[in-house]
Amino acid sequence: MRIDGKGRVDRARPVSFTFDGKAFSGFAGDTLASALLGADVRLMGRSFKYHRPRGVLTAGSEEPNALVTVRNGAQADPNTRATMQELYEGLEAVSQNRWPSLDFDVLGVNDLAAPFFGAGFYYKTFMWPKAFWEKLYEPMVRRAAGLGALSGEANADRYEKAYAFCDVLVIGGGPAGLMAALTAARAGAEVILASEDCCFGGRLQAEDEEVDGEAGCSWATALAGELATMENVRLMPRTTVTGVYDGGTYGALERVAQHLADPGDAPLECFWRIAAKRAVLCTGALERHIAFRDNDRPGVMMAAALRGYLNRWGVAPGRRVAVFGNNDDAHRTARDMHLAGLDVVALVDSRHDADNKAGDVPFYPGWQVARAHGAKGLESVDLIGPQGATKRLQAEALGVSGGWNPAVHLTCHLNGRPVWDERIAAFVPREGAVPGMTVTGAARGTFSTAACLREGAEAGLAVAEALGHSGALPVIPAAEDTEYRVRRLWAVPGKGRAWLDFQNDVTVKDVKQAASENYRSVEHMKRYTTQGMATDQGKSSNVQALAILADATGRDIPETGTTTFRPPYVPVAIAAMGAGSQGKGFAPQRFTTSHEASVARGAPMVEAGLWYRPSYFPKPGEKTWRESCDREVKMVRESVGICDVSTLGKIDLQGRDVGAFLDFVYANRFSTLKPGRVRYGLMLREDGHVMDDGTTARLSDTQWIMTTTTAAAGEVMKHLDWVRQAYCGAMDVRFISVTEQWAQFAVAGPKSRELLNGLLDSPISDDGFPFMQCGPVSIGGVAARLFRISFSGEHAYEIAVPARYGASLFEVLLGRAEAMGGGPYGMEALNVLRIEKGHITHAEIHGRTTAFDIGFARMVSAKKDCIGKTLAARPGMIEEDREQLVGLRPVTKGRTLTAGAHLFDKGAEAVRTNDLGYISSVGFSPSLGTFLGLGFLRNGRARHGEEIRMVDHVRGTEEACIVTDPVAFDEDGGRLRG
Amino acid sequence: MVDLTALTPCSGLLPLRKGTVTLSELDPGRITSLMPFRGQGAALSAALERAHGLGFPAPGRVEQTEGATCLWTAKDQAFLIGPEPDPALADHAAMTDQSDAWAVVLLAGEDAEDVLARLVPIDLRPVAFPEGAAARSLCQHMTVSISRRAEGLQIMCFRSMARTLAHEIADVMALVAGRRAAG
Repeated sequence: MRIDGKGRVDRARPVSFTFDGKAFSGFAGDTLASALLGADVRLMGRSFKYHRPRGVLTAGSEEPNALVTVRNGAQADPNTRATMQELYEGLEAVSQNRWPSLDFDVLGVNDLAAPFFGAGFYYKTFMWPKAFWEKLYEPMVRRAAGLGALSGEANADRYEKAYAFCDVLVIGGGPAGLMAALTAARAGAEVILASEDCCFGGRLQAEDEEVDGEAGCSWATALAGELATMENVRLMPRTTVTGVYDGGTYGALERVAQHLADPGDAPLECFWRIAAKRAVLCTGALERHIAFRDNDRPGVMMAAALRGYLNRWGVAPGRRVAVFGNNDDAHRTARDMHLAGLDVVALVDSRHDADNKAGDVPFYPGWQVARAHGAKGLESVDLIGPQGATKRLQAEALGVSGGWNPAVHLTCHLNGRPVWDERIAAFVPREGAVPGMTVTGAARGTFSTAACLREGAEAGLAVAEALGHSGALPVIPAAEDTEYRVRRLWAVPGKGRAWLDFQNDVTVKDVKQAASENYRSVEHMKRYTTQGMATDQGKSSNVQALAILADATGRDIPETGTTTFRPPYVPVAIAAMGAGSQGKGFAPQRFTTSHEASVARGAPMVEAGLWYRPSYFPKPGEKTWRESCDREVKMVRESVGICDVSTLGKIDLQGRDVGAFLDFVYANRFSTLKPGRVRYGLMLREDGHVMDDGTTARLSDTQWIMTTTTAAAGEVMKHLDWVRQAYCGAMDVRFISVTEQWAQFAVAGPKSRELLNGLLDSPISDDGFPFMQCGPVSIGGVAARLFRISFSGEHAYEIAVPARYGASLFEVLLGRAEAMGGGPYGMEALNVLRIEKGHITHAEIHGRTTAFDIGFARMVSAKKDCIGKTLAARPGMIEEDREQLVGLRPVTKGRTLTAGAHLFDKGAEAVRTNDLGYISSVGFSPSLGTFLGLGFLRNGRARHGEEIRMVDHVRGTEEACIVTDPVAFDEDGGRLRG
Repeated sequence: MVDLTALTPCSGLLPLRKGTVTLSELDPGRITSLMPFRGQGAALSAALERAHGLGFPAPGRVEQTEGATCLWTAKDQAFLIGPEPDPALADHAAMTDQSDAWAVVLLAGEDAEDVLARLVPIDLRPVAFPEGAAARSLCQHMTVSISRRAEGLQIMCFRSMARTLAHEIADVMALVAGRRAAG
């Protein structure tokens, strides 16, 4: 209900919304929770396990009960706390974990079966039969017990992540935080002030109290306004600091547009990484409940939340109100409710010697609330008096205060453990728990407003001074300065279920049962009972639960300790943490200069690392990729083909000692290479396995150009840096990637020279440009580089031009090639061409093969040392029965080989113990009219000509194969020359 | 004779404008990587000073003069941007032509820092990253060089990633403009 004359919502601006499809109206400034209370809705959700009817318990992010799903379809956002959801026009919210409706929930029968569902019921009930857990029990339990669900559709909402930097991060916008920010900023520090609330002031927004002679909320708003005008202050409302990480880094979640009907292009949420030299933690305190029978009835809420709803939003769950507490703060609720004209039926204080600070209300010192009545909404409460007297009072609202817990969570994220403070019967942060972080105000157990203002200012000045600024303490405004007194009360004894953790339906009895079953450690109790899990992480129940565990195990609270607080402090959507990484944001895309032309020719693109390369170039009439591939292979073998090879890594090396350096990096010798010549090289890892291969050209006495495979370009660069820094510091060698500088195209086939000579400003000849030659050339006046190298096994060249001319040259090359019966070829044809030639790729040098395995043992020069040489000679690395590279082809022409299949002797059972190797690459060779494979076969080089059995367990196929030399086509390499 | 036409790395992608921010392609002219040979650091800096009027930049810095910029890019590595390098530099440094290897863009406008704060994990506020500052860092998942010029923030990424750079920056430009519009 709305209370006339109370609250600071804008009553001139009604806002309509729906809850479970029903239309309601609230006001600008409402949260969904306050608007529902204002509309007489107390029942807002069903509990996780027993489907108990639940109402809103708190007014903050610690809310365990009032979880709803806002928006719908792909945009549905489950487990939104109604206490944090600001109302906007047209807001759609639905309740969760109920069927068919919130009011009538079939699984409410769980509550009747509660005796079977106690702590550990999963582990006891679903033990047998074992196979039933995965297939039957677990899906059943998941359906029955749960929070909200995602839509299963891709979410088109925008999320954002961002980085921020400051001298001082002030966490919390209450009295302490405001004063800390003001003081640090006036001293000259760059300040970020993060407030979880949509506004600043913290508890001042919820209280009816004065600061500096004006309403506390107005004072706070004015001060925030002043801060907003300061150049060195950044205000971050709606921002919850969620985690503390090493080196002064903080995670924070900003709810950017969750409160807007139409966010436009603004993100819904932003996940911030804030690097701060110092932090001031002013996160305040969270009120805790007292366990008594059926203390979870809708209408029972935290005492400070009850008066917050009254003072800030002008709503109450009912006209008749009771208040129950063990501390003076609860009296304020009774006072405010009474002054607002509500019917305060009782102020119950468990302390028999307490004084009434609420004014003219019925006062019950030494009494306790023993039970709440009313299934879907509180109807009455039972009081129990000092001598066993009882009394039942009608009430729709009950505010409960079991004391205040400083919000110590963030101080524990670097493994700090909080310290028990008997004075306030609560845990306070351990001094120095987070380097560079100061804790002030209620977060360290300082509860009066005046003391919070003073401490905040002092902390702000101290951190600014620690950073070399100087300033002065501002005038500390006059404010409430009453002492906070509390006496322990965790649970009211009695029959029935007294609730601790509302979100996970954990009762006092569950905790005691855990203790009696010897789950004495608080961490074990947590996991056995599920107390403190899920979206609220037990913010309103942890301390009570461990206190009861302490009692049940005969220990005191400090000895029992707390569970571990970990980030995030509030739930963070993965969409926010991973913002920008969906779709094309997942990884950068690298495009060659020929990309558009390839796509325009209909080439499907395949990913090679981050690069996109054409897989084949379909021609009209070709129905399968194989037809295109076969044609392209034939084209290269018979006329000329063009392939963009720019993606291969290109590293420019210069200096007097490059030759010596390459000798050390490569297994074979390079220092003997003459300028203008190219050599194939094999590079080993330090452990002796092959790392990469490629050609290196010597452009001049002191300049070389190394090529790497596309996949290993970055790895090779890193490797070179490591070798130079670790072993070759004395050598004069400098290198840098020039991969991006040059667009490079293979021109391969018998007509390749003819094609090039039509382009080059000065033609070349076989004598002047033999196989493995390189040199500068010129095309239309553009300086280019020509390499006579061949991956296809044909008479071939690679021509490189500065990348700006890449697209243009590609078109020219294709035009010329097509006029000669040639054209472009893609990755599929490239692969077949090299398989025909037995050339390896990373399918063969996959990290577990040695030079010996691939038949290149002789390339490891005996005359010099190189990286990997020693370890390549280890026993076991050169044994004849290692799996060695072989060629394979089916016994029956026309049959198919598959990569990944394993090799077995004819007649041997196809089981692991008989495994002789595997196939690494396959392709159909149009040149030879058969499938060809490359693979590794135990002692394979000695078995050429033998028959072996290929078994593909995954595809369920097998094939008889002949073992051959890896080189299947043009064995003597004659086509390369001439 | 063949006539090859040149394309810039961002042709067809830029400029982009959203809210207060503009992303445009810069023509850097000639880019030459300079890596001093062993023991030649000081000599290279002196030769640079003689030939181009600027020294070899300290880590994280840009040296600038009329028509030439020398941008720190890595340990013992800088890019001379603008002029053809004086051949005398070759006595002291390994030089390579990098003119075609990099997409060079300028992000300018009131919210430019806010845009990059969504992609780049380092402190680019003017107080921490004034004119003359240079950094190698990440832009979302790409490695980039960032430096502050009088006109705005210069970002350099691999030519092959120009499309991704434009896409990433355009996305966050929309978010930042959206925040402004939402108030």
